[in-house]
Parts: sequence; structure tokens; C-alpha cells
Amino acid sequence: MILASAGNALVWVVWVVAAFSCLGSAVAVVTFSNPFYSALALIGNLSSLAVMYLLLSAEFVAAAQVLVYAGAVVVMFLFVIAYVGPRLETPWSGGPTWQTIGAVAAAGALLVEIVVAVGMQASGSLSHSDKVGAAFGTPAWIGRVFLVDHLLAFEITSVVLLVAAVGGVILGSHTKRAV
Amino acid sequence: MSGPNVAWYVALAACLLGIGALGVLIRRNTLVVLLSLELMLNAGNLALIALARHWHNGAGQIFALAVMAIAASEVCVGLGLVVALNRRHLSLDVDTLSELKG
Repeated sequence: MILASAGNALVWVVWVVAAFSCLGSAVAVVTFSNPFYSALALIGNLSSLAVMYLLLSAEFVAAAQVLVYAGAVVVMFLFVIAYVGPRLETPWSGGPTWQTIGAVAAAGALLVEIVVAVGMQASGSLSHSDKVGAAFGTPAWIGRVFLVDHLLAFEITSVVLLVAAVGGVILGSHTKRAV
Repeated sequence: MSGPNVAWYVALAACLLGIGALGVLIRRNTLVVLLSLELMLNAGNLALIALARHWHNGAGQIFALAVMAIAASEVCVGLGLVVALNRRHLSLDVDTLSELKG
């Protein structure tokens, strides 16, 4: 019993640390004036989200998050930022304009809307907690679910990735075309 | 589940989505807008995985992996656009890129 409560406290500590680093790095992504630092802050955000996924017993998704996002997507961002050169932009300079006021109001309204909708719809059904099986979220389990139950989604995802790759090559090719 | 229950995760996902939406609306640099879009997609992923754990249903994790693939495609096309704009010496400010406006 003491061991179980100590484990609970440890999970809470890990959750709070991950949540604060997640929110802090998200704010950093939005507020840094240099896009290079924003991309670096996104790595912190993705890593703390991977910790969240581990707490939610989604081991495979956590590994894919680190490999695909922090490993591939952010590196691509960093390459493109280095390619186009530093373009500093100070989002809060010049005092509040109608655009920033409207943006803050719209984002706040979105947040309030989600919280109210989820709170009204869930109304207590999200509060119970229980155990899942040990296999939940492991690579073997994900592989079986993906390739047996959701095979069509898997194949369509591969087609989407192929189309996006072809589109990226066409957009980035050097041929001169009429705009 | 020991530790925080799923409502905490959903609340965190809502906050992340709000921060990402603020970034999309407030920033002018195309690259930072794309980074903020990544934040919003990740907020959706967090909610999906938390609710998959809550309902003991694998479909949420599969959906999260599909969202990851879509995000990679979006970054591929978006960064291709940024490189193409930069090659034509156009500005990367989203307020000046209004030629496609109807």
C-alpha cells in the first residue's frame, strides 16, 4: 500500500514536470522572435509529450513521436530555417494592434469553448480510473491492431505520404515555370 | 490508472491547442505558423491517446499515428512552399502573401 502510494506520487511528480515543460516550451515556440529558437523549443515540447505518452502506456507512439517528430520533422525545419536565413520578427513590438487583440480573443474563445464542451459532455465520466492490460500500447499489439483491424487506414496513409513527397519534390524543383 | 486521470490530460491538450492557435493567429512568419500548427496537431494527439487509454480502445493510438503521418506530409508540402517562395525572393510574411485571396 505504501509502495503503491509512493508510485502514485512519483507518477504525479513526473506528470507535473512534463506538463509544465510542455506548456512552457509551447509558449516559447510562439513567443521567440527567432524561428530557429522556436524550432528548438518545439523539440522540448515533443519530448515532454513523449513522456506523457509513456505515462499513458503508449510506448510505441512515444517512440514514433521522438523518431518522427524530433528526429525528422524538426531537423527538416532547422534545415529550411538555415536555408532561408534568419528572419527576425518581434510579435509583440509596436504595442497591441487590433490584430493581436483579436487573435488573443479568438484563441481564448477557442479554449473556453473546448473546456465547456468537454466539461458538459463528459460530466464525471472522465474521472474513473482503472488498469489496462500489460500488452496495451506495445509495438506487437499496435502492429496487430494496425495491420488487422485498420489495414485500409494504413494503406491510405502510405498513399498520402507518397503524394506529399511527390508534391514536395515538385514544389522544390528548379525548373522555371510560368507562375 | 495511477496518477492523474484523463481529465487532466484533456485539459492540458486544450491549453496546448489554445497556445498553438494563438501562434497561428499572431505570428506573421510562415515558418513559425507551421511550427504552431505542429503544436495544435500534437494537442489533438495527446487527447486521442489519453482517451484511448481511458476507453481501453486501440483506435485512438492508430488515429494518433495517422495524424503523425499527416503532420509529416503537411510539413513536407509547407516547407516546399517556403523554399519555393524564398527562391522567387518573395517575402515570407503571411500578411503580404495575399495573392491567392479570392
